[in-house]
Amino acid sequence: MAKGVWIVAEQRGGALRKVSFEIASAARKLADELGEEVSAVLVGSSVEGLAPELAKYGVDKVYVADDAVFADYTTDGYSAAVAKAVKENDPSILLLAASVQGKDLSAALGGKLATGMASDCTDLKIEGGKLHAIRPMYAGKTFGEVVVDTFPQMASLRPNVFPAVENAKAGEVVKFDAGVSAASLKTKVLETQKDASGKIELTEANIIISGGRGMKGSDEYKILEELAGLLGAAVGASRAAVDAGWKPQTDQVGQTGKVVSPNLYIACGISGAIQHLAGMSSSKYIVAVNKDAEAPIFAKADYGIVDDLFKVVPEITAACKKIL
Amino acid sequence: MNIVACVKQVPDTEALIKVKADGSGIEEGGIKWVMNPYDEYGVEEALKLKEKNGGEVTIVSMGPARAMETIRTALAMGAEKGIHITIDKADEYNTAAALAAAIKGINPDIIFCGQRAIDDDSGQVGSILAELLGLPVVTLVTKLEIADGKAKAVKPIEGAQLLIESQMPCVITAQKGLNEPRYASLPGIMKAKKKPVDVKDAAALGITVQPKAKIVKMTPPPERAPGKIIGGDDPAAKAAELAKLLREEAKVI
Ligand SMILES: Cc1cc2nc3c(=O)[nH]c(=O)nc-3n(C[C@H](O)[C@H](O)[C@H](O)COP(=O)(O)OP(=O)(O)OC[C@H]3O[C@@H](n4cnc5c(N)ncnc54)[C@H](O)[C@@H]3O)c2cc1C
Ligand SMILES: Nc1ncnc2c1ncn2[C@@H]1O[C@H](COP(=O)(O)O)[C@@H](O)[C@H]1O
Repeated sequence: MAKGVWIVAEQRGGALRKVSFEIASAARKLADELGEEVSAVLVGSSVEGLAPELAKYGVDKVYVADDAVFADYTTDGYSAAVAKAVKENDPSILLLAASVQGKDLSAALGGKLATGMASDCTDLKIEGGKLHAIRPMYAGKTFGEVVVDTFPQMASLRPNVFPAVENAKAGEVVKFDAGVSAASLKTKVLETQKDASGKIELTEANIIISGGRGMKGSDEYKILEELAGLLGAAVGASRAAVDAGWKPQTDQVGQTGKVVSPNLYIACGISGAIQHLAGMSSSKYIVAVNKDAEAPIFAKADYGIVDDLFKVVPEITAACKKIL
Repeated sequence: MNIVACVKQVPDTEALIKVKADGSGIEEGGIKWVMNPYDEYGVEEALKLKEKNGGEVTIVSMGPARAMETIRTALAMGAEKGIHITIDKADEYNTAAALAAAIKGINPDIIFCGQRAIDDDSGQVGSILAELLGLPVVTLVTKLEIADGKAKAVKPIEGAQLLIESQMPCVITAQKGLNEPRYASLPGIMKAKKKPVDVKDAAALGITVQPKAKIVKMTPPPERAPGKIIGGDDPAAKAAELAKLLREEAKVI
């Protein structure tokens, strides 16, 4: 019978990503409730040394496929490797990150393993021994509770939603041969072009400051960047700002942009259209700065300031400088 | 080129979504139905490829009778023919299985899907479809070039852009940035009415739907506690109050 809570640990360039600790911690919680073990699958090149870091977040066993063929993430290579380990060990639950890579990998795995999956979940619970996964649907206008009837019961977890909790376990390393050769791969990465260095990725940021049409132009984002620099925040944008050419598409938050869950989201000159809310309503705290008291964003905001953002934002920066 | 584009009919993004009292689904009355916006990028890219390389574009959609409208929209944009799979709805795996069964006989060079459907927000069907057809997949594509029998696709990931080369045939999932979808022209709409659409049910495709993932309950989103509007006329005083609240009450800075 299927047994054990598994995760796929996500690494890039030989470093584990923070979301891996979040899913490990979520898995630990489920496993403790079920009285089962947590295992992680780790695929990459020269990654075996990362196992102890996973152990720190509650992983009992780490299945490692360490091979030069895995230097770059490829959907076909990584999914073949994870599928092999899963088929050989028959876990009951398999969790991945709903990051770009995790979404890609989990969907391919669902196909390979012929099992069901709940994508981009914001909550998990066990009921009657089965995983119940809660996920936003219809751009967050409803939430669905999903039960998977096949094994493994798969779910991908939205980054920044599940807390990473230290809980040291053995992290025993089990190496396995994934049986993937370069010749067998139908896709390959030709080039990786990194974004400007120092830029904090929106989906990973603890704090995001976004500007919308109210920013009036691209130079005006300087005032947001100054505050962002002080708070260690990322700067995002509404679609109106992206369509105006003030910000690149990669900065867009919302239904056709990125879905983010920071601890703090500060929306400046953004009205709060449903498609924007779709991308940020799972943020823990929301602040709105808008000169229109009727703007729908205020209905979602924990704190609101009704005023001209060009007057308020520099003052927020000044006030933060004083107290931080 | 033999090109397939999968399109799903979904509620317009502005639609008010209400959960049925028993939590079994959403109230469908009064909803305006449209083509999934990400599928528009897929259809547009399919048409561009056809215009450049010749060939034809087949639209495949699974859904109730009204899904035919969305197929006609894609035909009006310029696709040649359609397949309507008359299964009302299914989980992601079974949807992909139905699409795979319909597409198999076409032997396409390339298949387009949207990166996700904005109703279930799953982002799974394109990848499962690729697995079931034994094809490679590149998801979240913002730029595509076909040359020498290979697809070269640009895909943004966290903090970087990848250039990925895929063998063909392959599945591509489209996202914003790939192109600007065209509108259907009036002559296009007239012509679309006469274009052939094959209507097939599960039996005709030789499949049975056995759900793997079930939505056992739908609920409205959790209510957020009412927020605090920081009052006053002095921007500096309001900003100072906000900074204090963020530090001492919310503890997020
Ligand atoms: C299919 C589809 C997908 C979409 N996807 C997205 C998406 O992913 N992300 C997204 O953001 N949108 C998306 N949209 C667009 C969305 O509907 C809105 O048009 C967009 O979010 C509006 O952006 P905005 O709030 O910046 O602009 P507006 O709605 O124009 O709001 C600007 C706000 O700035 C305020 N303002 C102006 N000047 C100042 C000032 N000096 N100080 C303070 N406040 C000021 C105004 O009061 C106003 O509330 C999508 C739309 C569709 C149809
Ligand atoms: N019922 C359907 N009919 C046709 N294509 C679909 C259907 N459901 C999903 N797709 C395709 O798969 C993509 C991803 O859907 P999803 O996994 O449901 O988010 C969509 O953008 C469509 O291109």
